[in-house]
Amino acid sequence: MSTKTKYTEEHLKKELETQEYEYGFYTDIESEKFAVGLNEDVVRAISKKKEEPEWMTEWRLKAFRAWQKMEEPNWANVKYTKPKFQDISYFSAPKKKPKLDSLDEVDPELLKTFEKLGISIGEQKRLSNVAMDIVVDSVSVATTFKKTLNERGIIFCPISEAIKEHPELVKKYIGSIVPTTDNFYAALNSAVFSDGSFCYIPKGVKCPMELSTYFRINESGTGQFERTLLIADEGSFVSYLEGCTAPQRDENQLHAAVVELIVLKDAEIKYSTVQNWYPGGKDGKGGVYNFVTKRALCETNAKVSWTQVETGSAITWKYPSCILKGDNSVGEFYSIAVTNNYQQADTGTKMIHIGKNTKSTIISKGISAGKSQNSYRGLVQINARAENARNFSQCDSLLMGNECGAHTFPYIEVKNKSAQIEHEATTSKIGEDQLFYCNQRGIDTEKAIALIVNGFSKDVLNKLPMEFAVEAQKLLEISLEGSVG
Amino acid sequence: MLKIIDLHASVNDKEILKGINLDIKPGEVHAIMGPNGSGKSTLSSVIAGNETYEVTQGDVVLNGESLLEFKPEERAHKGVFMSFQYPVEIPGVTTTNFIKTAINASRKAKGLEDLPANEMLKKIRETAELLDIDRKFLSRSLNEGFSGGEKKRNEIFQMAMLEPKLAILDETDSGLDIDALKIVANGVNKLRGKDNAILVITHYQRLLDYIVPDFVHVLYNGKIVKSGTKELAYELEEKGYDWLK
Repeated sequence: MSTKTKYTEEHLKKELETQEYEYGFYTDIESEKFAVGLNEDVVRAISKKKEEPEWMTEWRLKAFRAWQKMEEPNWANVKYTKPKFQDISYFSAPKKKPKLDSLDEVDPELLKTFEKLGISIGEQKRLSNVAMDIVVDSVSVATTFKKTLNERGIIFCPISEAIKEHPELVKKYIGSIVPTTDNFYAALNSAVFSDGSFCYIPKGVKCPMELSTYFRINESGTGQFERTLLIADEGSFVSYLEGCTAPQRDENQLHAAVVELIVLKDAEIKYSTVQNWYPGGKDGKGGVYNFVTKRALCETNAKVSWTQVETGSAITWKYPSCILKGDNSVGEFYSIAVTNNYQQADTGTKMIHIGKNTKSTIISKGISAGKSQNSYRGLVQINARAENARNFSQCDSLLMGNECGAHTFPYIEVKNKSAQIEHEATTSKIGEDQLFYCNQRGIDTEKAIALIVNGFSKDVLNKLPMEFAVEAQKLLEISLEGSVG
Repeated sequence: MLKIIDLHASVNDKEILKGINLDIKPGEVHAIMGPNGSGKSTLSSVIAGNETYEVTQGDVVLNGESLLEFKPEERAHKGVFMSFQYPVEIPGVTTTNFIKTAINASRKAKGLEDLPANEMLKKIRETAELLDIDRKFLSRSLNEGFSGGEKKRNEIFQMAMLEPKLAILDETDSGLDIDALKIVANGVNKLRGKDNAILVITHYQRLLDYIVPDFVHVLYNGKIVKSGTKELAYELEEKGYDWLK
């Protein structure tokens, strides 16, 4: 139209470029950081710094030696410059860090960081029923609600503390689901992890509140390697939330975590993640490399649900998996993965059916915009002994614009004839006609995209705990702002 | 209410509208008829602000204000509504959620707070009753798997909820059997009032048996070649369009 300023893709691109990563600030907290590089001495030093027992040091060294012989995997549908592992500092901790008994003792600068993240702990404490462990860079800073949990025998603490206080549990389960030699990044994590969360729910206990961990990389030139170990004893239940952010930096930061879930007989774990690591700039500069190994083992009648909303990271390599070992055990994977600009995600799940009557459900929603590449990679494996195993998989992709890509790599291996497997996949595109229709009803383009994306993601968003679902919706909106003309 | 003055519009440099003049007053219903390719849908798209079309000359004025400067959503905020010939599907978004978003977007543009949830629900309930729409229908994903008739009824429901000053019904009768047509027309008639105007765009005369217009205009080759009262529609039905060439 003649004089009218058209709201074109160009405008949107502009807007996106000026759009700042919401969590991209840097808090000036004095950190103590190891010199860069990795060798046996560094591994020993980390272990010593954490005042770990001898068995733990040995466990780490074993992992390190295995790692040295391993190669970085190349099979994922992502392209990036491999990290220079000798240029990374493997330990960084906020310096003023005496043992903290209450939040009042936490460094006020750090508390401000949490406030900027929208997780004022005070608020959390008063309003919501969420117990929270916060890991900044590599060290766990505060675990709230400890007392309430203690009364029920629930252990929720930094893993560094669990190694000292509950060695029998840690020793029994750490590396039992993700062995130190499982893969390149898991081995690296096993060697150098500096902290993470540990949780044990005793027999028959339903955890009365959602447990939550917030991970944040703050220091530059560091890697973050956290280790999470959750044990749900027989007949217990816990809902666990995990949030991640990192400040905006030009260099790539490495994040290689390991999460192990042990779900014993009749127990259930609901594990929800909202991942918003810095995705890199509009030109693809910087951003977090997110190479994560997450796996759950289900005993008889046990159930595990992985729900993830992935909007961040330059590169995502992540396959939360379920080993359905016990009869009648159930595994679920619900995922929303958003990629924009130059982000690349290769994510999905593995459902390993071993027990009889095991059931798994996979719902994956991939949303690609900009020049990004979004891949779903999933394995459904039915072993010979798994009578009457059932799987339902649904993989939907939504594309915006013409420069992004969506890919689906489903692998199905069946060794038992009684298996029932269903796989559905769709690909759709946000159309000009959809946007015009919304515009005509008074809804602007940004809001229209958010509406369409939320509708597309609804099945998964519904699986998240309430407070998290609201945050996730907001994140989807932010991540995709200005992605379609 | 709506004044269209010497409107020329083209798509890909091909001129479709070649000087349209139209004056619609509050409370009036105007019908635009014409054969395929005469520019009927282009006219409605241009009024609604579809950017596929370029206005090369003339003006579209709503209540004394030119609309051409405004984006489609801003025109909607000013009271322009268009019932689509082919309403789009939005999976996972219920009609209720969609209309709530639309109403609150318009309110926000006017500096108003969101309509409180209980008032929104009341409005939805009343409108559904008025138009004889089962409310279960409103909790389905917008237009997904709807029949042609359901889609058009949904458009009229949205029109009733948004209370536009100017409603354009673009080929609302296409793809409807006679029963569906009656239901839709009935809904539109309930929304006629002295303060709003309706522009009905149609290929066939039969819709005008149910939505009786005050004026009928014939669009041919991008121009209005004849205007008259509803009797003109019958004449067209009888003689076709050829005699007007």
